[in-house]
Amino acid sequence: MRNSLFILVVSLVAAAVFAAALLLRSDYLLFAGYTVLQFVVLATAWNILGGYTGYVNFGTAAFFAVGAYTSVFLHKAFPLPVPVMVVVAGAVAGLLGFGMGYLTLRLRGAFFSIATLALAVVLQTVVVNWHYVGGSRGAYILRPPAGPIAGLSYIEYLFLIMLALAALSLIAARAIECSRLGYGFAAIRDDELAAEANGVPTLRLKLIATTISGAFMGMAGAPFPSYIGYIEPASAFGLPYAVNAIAMPMIGGTTSWAGPLIGAVLLGSLQQIATVTISSAVNLLIVGLLLVGFVIVAPNGIVGLWQRFFGRNRTSWRPSSKSTASASGSAASSPSTPSA
Amino acid sequence: MASSSIRIEGVDAAYGSVRVLEDVSLDVRAGETVVLLGTNGNGKSTLIKCIMGLLKPLKGRIAVTIDGTAHDLAGLTTVEIVDLGIALVPEGRRLFPRLSVEENLLLGAFRKKARAALADNLAFCYEAFPRLAERRRQLAGSMSGGEQQMLALGRALMLAPKILIVDEPSVGLAPVLVSRTVDTIKELKERYGLTVLMAEQNFTQALRIADRGYVIVHGRIAFEGKSADELNNNELIRKFYLGL
Repeated sequence: MRNSLFILVVSLVAAAVFAAALLLRSDYLLFAGYTVLQFVVLATAWNILGGYTGYVNFGTAAFFAVGAYTSVFLHKAFPLPVPVMVVVAGAVAGLLGFGMGYLTLRLRGAFFSIATLALAVVLQTVVVNWHYVGGSRGAYILRPPAGPIAGLSYIEYLFLIMLALAALSLIAARAIECSRLGYGFAAIRDDELAAEANGVPTLRLKLIATTISGAFMGMAGAPFPSYIGYIEPASAFGLPYAVNAIAMPMIGGTTSWAGPLIGAVLLGSLQQIATVTISSAVNLLIVGLLLVGFVIVAPNGIVGLWQRFFGRNRTSWRPSSKSTASASGSAASSPSTPSA
Repeated sequence: MASSSIRIEGVDAAYGSVRVLEDVSLDVRAGETVVLLGTNGNGKSTLIKCIMGLLKPLKGRIAVTIDGTAHDLAGLTTVEIVDLGIALVPEGRRLFPRLSVEENLLLGAFRKKARAALADNLAFCYEAFPRLAERRRQLAGSMSGGEQQMLALGRALMLAPKILIVDEPSVGLAPVLVSRTVDTIKELKERYGLTVLMAEQNFTQALRIADRGYVIVHGRIAFEGKSADELNNNELIRKFYLGL
């Protein structure tokens, strides 16, 4: 499927979801749907680094909270419309991702993960001691009843923003996956030294991954204070964000853009259902049990299960043989592709 | 036509405080196949890492000539060294196991220069290794050791290199496959006019295709053979350095 076609399909699905949300006229569904979409963005963003390049980031909450506190800061300093705050938060979190990548670039495996965990702890301490954004008391952001778009309530407006972010992150993830960049990421994941020896600029690619991944996580956090109304460090830097962002791609499948989407919709919905039927306290229990189950039964997630039964089918970044032959100009042999 | 060579002068290298190479000098002249002989832990792979820019030598000079143009490799990154046309077949093959055969080959042509002739090089690879064409959709990790070694060679050829560096092609292969791999390296060398540096501990197999060779012991060049025969007929080397 071409990128443009994929963008069209994602946009149509997003439009359908939004239309359905408006027709149902249920505030509860909008609130729950917003949370699920937020996890779609977080899981997709995590997967760009964790799934594609194999660097497990335990610091999702740090990026999310940086996005959230960027909008708290902006809200107090010079209030801007939410979409602009999303962009600024994305830039700040992307910069943080770049910095984290640069500082931890020599660390691999568990050492990298521990460093990302430490990042969350450090940033939480900073926010707790930063009184301008509320410190440990937290900050209130009063949500106006009506959104800036005529005919939409504020929660519908926030839902629309998060829906757009989810669509954007999926489009970006898929574009990366099918590009040369995505193959470079996969090479780093499979064997970083061999990738480097093949001329893959591993450092640059890792920095690209940490920046994009961090930026999307920050963007997911930006509308959060407006959505929840009250934000404090312990919840913004909460463990559930880090755990969910890892568990959702793992359960869905880390090698494809569809994995985090499936995992986030499945786990996110289950958690929303559990919150209203049992208690939100069981949310992490559900995640843990499902993760254990999937690691045993389907280590490659739902997408992996699908590929096992229906075959693996990936589009390649390889340009068509026609265009490369004319570009090469060498008349050594006719560039006919050998038959399989 | 092959006018690419390697010149290594007085290289020292270490991992942290562990000294591995001491005053290593070595020459690979244009169009030659030079073998670097030595048992495990003597510094063969370390020297190769130094050439590829994966490890910075403490002192000494590594220079290459590519098609008549001289380049000092000091200060160049691995990516820049690859761009010069130096391809490495790493020890233990180190394929991308969860990618398909074709994807592995395409990653061999990750550099812009190599991409320009991608279709031609891919056709060459499949012609040289028909087995890879048959298995292009298979995951690299699921192939046999011999096929994986072919793929590792093919991946290096995707760069259309001038200098091919092969690190221990015999690792993990059955004797018959070792001999076949060594033959393949010779064939490829002749066909593409490559200059080859091969590190190997299988003395007899390596000398079948070598023009010259060096024996490396505890990080020092212990013996330089001006010809394969000279190495082959030196009883002392066979006995003390190689344990044959």
